[in-house]
Amino acid sequence: MSNTLDRSESAAETHSVDLEQGFLDKIESETKIEPKDWMPDAYRKTLIRQIAQHAHSEVVGMQPEGNWITRAPTLHRKIGLLAKVQDECGHGLYLYSAAETLGTSREELVTALHEGRMKYSSIFNYPTLTWADIGAIGWLVDGAAIVNQISLCRTSYGPYARAMVRICKEESFHQRQGFGIMVTLAEGTVDQKAMAQDALSRWWWPSLMMFGPHDSDSAHTQSSTTWKIKRQSNDELRQRFVDITVPQAEHLGLKLPDPDLRWNADRGHYDFGEIDWDEFWRVVKGGGPCHLQRMATRKAAHENGRWVREAAAVYANKQRTNQQAA
Amino acid sequence: MTNAPDHWPLWEIFVRTKRGLNHQHTGSLYASDAKMALENARDLYTRRQEGVSIWAVPATEITASSPADEGPFFEPTEDKVYRHPTFYPVPDGVENL
Repeated sequence: MSNTLDRSESAAETHSVDLEQGFLDKIESETKIEPKDWMPDAYRKTLIRQIAQHAHSEVVGMQPEGNWITRAPTLHRKIGLLAKVQDECGHGLYLYSAAETLGTSREELVTALHEGRMKYSSIFNYPTLTWADIGAIGWLVDGAAIVNQISLCRTSYGPYARAMVRICKEESFHQRQGFGIMVTLAEGTVDQKAMAQDALSRWWWPSLMMFGPHDSDSAHTQSSTTWKIKRQSNDELRQRFVDITVPQAEHLGLKLPDPDLRWNADRGHYDFGEIDWDEFWRVVKGGGPCHLQRMATRKAAHENGRWVREAAAVYANKQRTNQQAA
Repeated sequence: MTNAPDHWPLWEIFVRTKRGLNHQHTGSLYASDAKMALENARDLYTRRQEGVSIWAVPATEITASSPADEGPFFEPTEDKVYRHPTFYPVPDGVENL
């Protein structure tokens, strides 16, 4: 009798070891993991968190930019900004869809955000003080996002990788739109150029912070790397962003607020100064200037839209009942 | 389990990018009814003219094969090399075969 139990327990263990090995083999061979595949609980959980927080970031990100839609200086700029903000909403939706394939719902994810159990990218906790901020955001914030998202196109989870491919296609217009605004201002009046310089000086360091802490200080890096969720390190991606962006700033004739920034011929990369890590952690923990406002706006939008969602659901039900009765 | 009063069902969206091609699964979205599902799909997945036709299917209506059964379910197809033209030799000099 005890022999049977031993055998069935060890059969279950073997099966579980087989499943885990099958999963690791897929990762090793660059075979994508798809929704109904067996996966370690920790893989599922960390992906739900990462993808959903990415989605929340897109949606919250609509706020600092939406702030300037009514004050865009020309119709051309207004329709460009409207289209960009609309895209960000769409990106959030692609990512919520991807997160839901892992066994969660939109309602759960939105509730987690509203109750402070999930975060969004702290870059969106900075205010957009001038029109030039819209240029700086498109150029630097979307620019940093592009570097990160291109890398994530090779992430191991299929739905997340596919969402990244779709997003990358749309994101490059965002960056060109932002850079175009910076060009117009930098080539404009003395005041316009000063406004562009001021925006760049405020958005540069927060954009570098978007890539996260040094990998040595990052809790999640090891498993994310083993499971090929993360394909390149935070520092690698940050370096790439700096290398790409410095020549663009030179083209604008604007100065980056970093006295330690210089080309290093031996490394073939730009050396740059150390991020203010106290500021970084302060903002990540909710200390960013607009955090409370962003959350309040999000919650209000959700609550104020409730009657629309309920009315649509009631109407759909009524139509269905009427059709069945007819 | 009853849904919240503002709950909308999930739809899977398939888009034909141009005439001559199949509809491809593109993603999912929430909508209260079929008409809204089509409109939301147009706004979400075809902002850049990526579609000429959209199908919206309630997610509950989709039946899928299970990856766990992938091996056994598709096994009959593995060793039927005679279904491929390359299995059949063509004598030299014979054309249009």
